[in-house]
Amino acid sequence: MSFDPELQTADVEMSRRSLLKVLGGGILVLASVPDAFAWAMSQRGQTLPQKIGAWVHIGPDNKITVLTGKVEVGQNARTSVTQAVVEELRAPLGSVEVVMGDTDLVPYDMGTFGSRTTPTMIPQIRRAAAAAREKLTDLAAKKWGVDRTKIHLSAGKITSGIHSASYGEIAKGQPFDEPISEHVPLTPNKDWTALGHPTQKVGIRDFVTGKHEYTSDLKRPGMLYAKVLRAPSFGATLKSLDTSQAETLAGVRVVHDGDFVAVAAPTRRLAEKALAAIKSQWNEKPGPSSKEIFKLLRGDDKIASSKTPDGAKALTATYTAPYIAHVPLEPRAALAEWDGVKMTVYTGTQRPFGVRPEVATALGIPEKQVRVLVPDTGSGYGGKHSGDAAVEAAKIAKALGKPIKLVWTRVEEFTWAYFRPAGVDEIASAVNPDGKVVVWEFDNYNSGSPGIETPYAVPSPRTDAHRTESPLRQGSYRCLGATFNNFARESHMDELAHEVGMDPLDFRMKNLPADSHLRTVLQAAADRFGWGKEKPAAGHGFGIACGQEKGGSIATVVELSIDSQTKEIQLLRIVNAFECGKILNPDLLKNQVEGAVIMGIGGALFEAIEFANGQILNPHLGRYRVPRYSDIPKIETILLDRPDLGSAGAGESPILAIAPAIGNAIFSATGTRLRALPMGF
Amino acid sequence: MSVEIEVNGIKHKIDAEPETSLLEILRDDLGLTGTKYGCGESQCGACTVLMNGFPIHSCVTQLSDAADSKIVTIEGIEKNGHLHAVQQAFIDEGAMQCGYCVSGMIMAAVGMLNRNPNPNDEEILMRMSGNICRCGSYPRMMAAIKRASRTIRGVK
Ligand code: FES
Ligand code: FES
Repeated sequence: MSFDPELQTADVEMSRRSLLKVLGGGILVLASVPDAFAWAMSQRGQTLPQKIGAWVHIGPDNKITVLTGKVEVGQNARTSVTQAVVEELRAPLGSVEVVMGDTDLVPYDMGTFGSRTTPTMIPQIRRAAAAAREKLTDLAAKKWGVDRTKIHLSAGKITSGIHSASYGEIAKGQPFDEPISEHVPLTPNKDWTALGHPTQKVGIRDFVTGKHEYTSDLKRPGMLYAKVLRAPSFGATLKSLDTSQAETLAGVRVVHDGDFVAVAAPTRRLAEKALAAIKSQWNEKPGPSSKEIFKLLRGDDKIASSKTPDGAKALTATYTAPYIAHVPLEPRAALAEWDGVKMTVYTGTQRPFGVRPEVATALGIPEKQVRVLVPDTGSGYGGKHSGDAAVEAAKIAKALGKPIKLVWTRVEEFTWAYFRPAGVDEIASAVNPDGKVVVWEFDNYNSGSPGIETPYAVPSPRTDAHRTESPLRQGSYRCLGATFNNFARESHMDELAHEVGMDPLDFRMKNLPADSHLRTVLQAAADRFGWGKEKPAAGHGFGIACGQEKGGSIATVVELSIDSQTKEIQLLRIVNAFECGKILNPDLLKNQVEGAVIMGIGGALFEAIEFANGQILNPHLGRYRVPRYSDIPKIETILLDRPDLGSAGAGESPILAIAPAIGNAIFSATGTRLRALPMGF
Repeated sequence: MSVEIEVNGIKHKIDAEPETSLLEILRDDLGLTGTKYGCGESQCGACTVLMNGFPIHSCVTQLSDAADSKIVTIEGIEKNGHLHAVQQAFIDEGAMQCGYCVSGMIMAAVGMLNRNPNPNDEEILMRMSGNICRCGSYPRMMAAIKRASRTIRGVK
């Protein structure tokens, strides 16, 4: 989109009003917001707004408001942003409020994914907060006529000798619209008192008391509950529709636009009843099933593989992963309000600035007439990049002129969201008798290139990601395709180790470059586990694996046992070592690492979407198993702090090593190599 | 048809079909949105509340079945501004990520500890396995439940 000054002015006017409402007349507000909008509308993600006030406001009541386009989906971004401000602005924890993902208020942001909050947003917020601190220092120095080196900021107070004032008193009437200096001094790691220390999740009390309002908890006067009529299968088109019976129910309204049919009613039960009263017929088309999916995705292209060098052992193997669902515990939900000009939509999404144009396009209105807000959400895991529920609710709200709440059912979430892509990985390799890998050819089909490059030192490796037509809607996932590509690679490395009769850990060390971070995490996890010890009993297996993505390095060691009769796999112990540079909050980091590992257990052992002819056959938690308490063994996690490095995000990479570690342990226990996810007998 | 139910010590007359789910009544009619919807099929535990002291899945409990019984939701376990031991333990252990499962988890744990304040690991796993935490905060939640059990029994 090109820069449009008119659009910008309109946006500024609108956002001024809303910002004033939200911030209660904070004085720094007006000068700052145009900046963010000019940038958002004209640049679309090229650079970040440079004025302090686009990011940080200090109200006369000493309330510090921080604005970010990132959202909170359980990764505790709200907490780490708060820590960053507390640190740089020397502010008390309780004085900081973070406004997240409100497209009318916050600077444009592409979205909360790819573990970008920690490496990009946190430094940006720190710089803005530090610049605000310097500005306060200047203002106080001027006011009191003292040298700025004599000014002291601490716990929300500015002091110098006999002088003392609150931030609000000093900031009063002063617009912070100067740019953030490139050289703004950041607090060195060694002086951190907030960052780098365990800090409770912000607002945790509201979560244990049930007070926190997710999108699905919001209510408005006059609000109607909506239900959408779903096609019986993907790609089906409406043949005939009879809503007459539904319309006879008092209070029920029907919205019909092409293949989109929805009902709305003052209560959920009435909306459900109305939906059930609709008669519809659909044109359906046949489609492939999960049984034949890998053949379909692989196609029959011939891949020429290179010659095996003399003396080396060649190995080829094929690995597969099914479509899996994200299963966020809060299904997609939206609350939409139309005031005749503007559409305001609350929804749980990881990309509020992506949902805004989606809604605008669906309604045929300019983007500036859409505001998207994201209440802290019941998780996403890469599964909430789109605005499906937001678009549906907005369409109904505009058609009826009433606030509309739409909460997807679990079945809808399983069926109409998008999936982590299914994939096929083929690896052709060769290894010298001394354990050096000398040929590495890796072909991925459908699930994509993330994590496809090998971290091992192999002479001229070849990797290709082949695009194919996916029969199911597919999209992002925690760590994207890397989880599967890493499963294939780390399983294959284990196979090669056994080919040459080497210990899997030694084999990895032999092939990793000297400076690889994986060496450190592998060693740390192996040491804690006691790698190399005797197996305690027959049917027990040990497996090790590692992975690297987005600046995070993980190694996981697994101990499991397999029942000789039932062949049931029982995880007994998991040891992780993780490194992602300088640690910002060890407590929340550990929780996130272990959460990712636990999610990975599902993909490794249980999860697979079954489908046929455009229908999902197991859209229920009773038929799609996710990890539960009883599936979780003892987990130990070592966090390796690297204060000399920048901080990388950690929401994704820790998921990488668990599935191959389990597969390798299964081989160690049984001598059987399982190359298809989910693994089981 | 009108049904009388008691929720968090307050009696309510509810005008709804007897087969309406208790979850819907709590959330939509009574505005007690702390209890969550996760599946509607008794598979996830997000909707767990206490009925006469026992944890139940409110999504599959019909209004008529809840009549004349005492329902307690997450909003009803805080007493005079004091959090229940399980709530406090979830805070102390940082036992959550997105928090969506937490109400159900806490109510399931409260129900379990009401019956047996000192459950062993096996019992905890058994009684809590109806509750899903998709964020995988299980290890922390386990620790929180044990911490709450100690608090309730008055041991360190
Ligand atoms: S919502 Fe009741 S068990 Fe899932
Ligand atoms: S904390 Fe997110 S589902 Fe449990």
